[in-house]
Amino acid sequence: MSDATETADGLVTKRFLYVNRKAPHGTVYALEVLEMILVAAMYEQDVHVAFLDDGVFQLRKNQATEELEMKDFSKTYRALEDYGVEKIFLEKESMEERGLTPDDLVIPAATIDRKQMTELMDSMDVVLSA
Amino acid sequence: MLHLVNKSPFERTTLEACLRRAAPGSGILLYEDGVYAALAGTSFAPTIANATNAFDIFVLAPDLAARGYAPDAVIDGVRTIDYDGFVDLTIEKQSVQSWL
Repeated sequence: MSDATETADGLVTKRFLYVNRKAPHGTVYALEVLEMILVAAMYEQDVHVAFLDDGVFQLRKNQATEELEMKDFSKTYRALEDYGVEKIFLEKESMEERGLTPDDLVIPAATIDRKQMTELMDSMDVVLSA
Repeated sequence: MLHLVNKSPFERTTLEACLRRAAPGSGILLYEDGVYAALAGTSFAPTIANATNAFDIFVLAPDLAARGYAPDAVIDGVRTIDYDGFVDLTIEKQSVQSWL
């Protein structure tokens, strides 16, 4: 918790990590986490976002949900930058297991390996995982 | 018999449980997050490629499309079907078992 800082207006800023481990449409987790990220960003928190395991599928390009009559929220990831959320990390091993490359994704993100993911998680004040 | 699998093979073991018990010649339909098992080029793909020798394996196109994959992204020998094809399969295979 020592990394938490207080801004001039008294707002405490903490290092938040949102861990995405679920594929996008089979369950509601991915959409719910995305909404939590946008809320945290509005409160000017130091937001980090990680995609690992099936979570890397959330960023796949060309998601076409019309026939399912569900929202295609993959476009919203592209708006994260506008909310000041730029610390986005993908796990290399998860991508490789699933045959994904950075070119397959809707946004650019830093690719880190599993050991670096451990370090990222360990360096946070608050970790929310789904 | 038509077996239905809707979970990602990377997260759950329902597809493996199904493959171990399905009778040769059975149909297996991959839908919802189960469609990830049908993709070529993943670490799970060899398991499915091998299973196409024993089973009729199908994948539901609208669930592939929702996840950003075209029909040509699937493993050779896995057939892509739509909702009408799903209905036809349940009739053709007579009985259905869901692996939840």
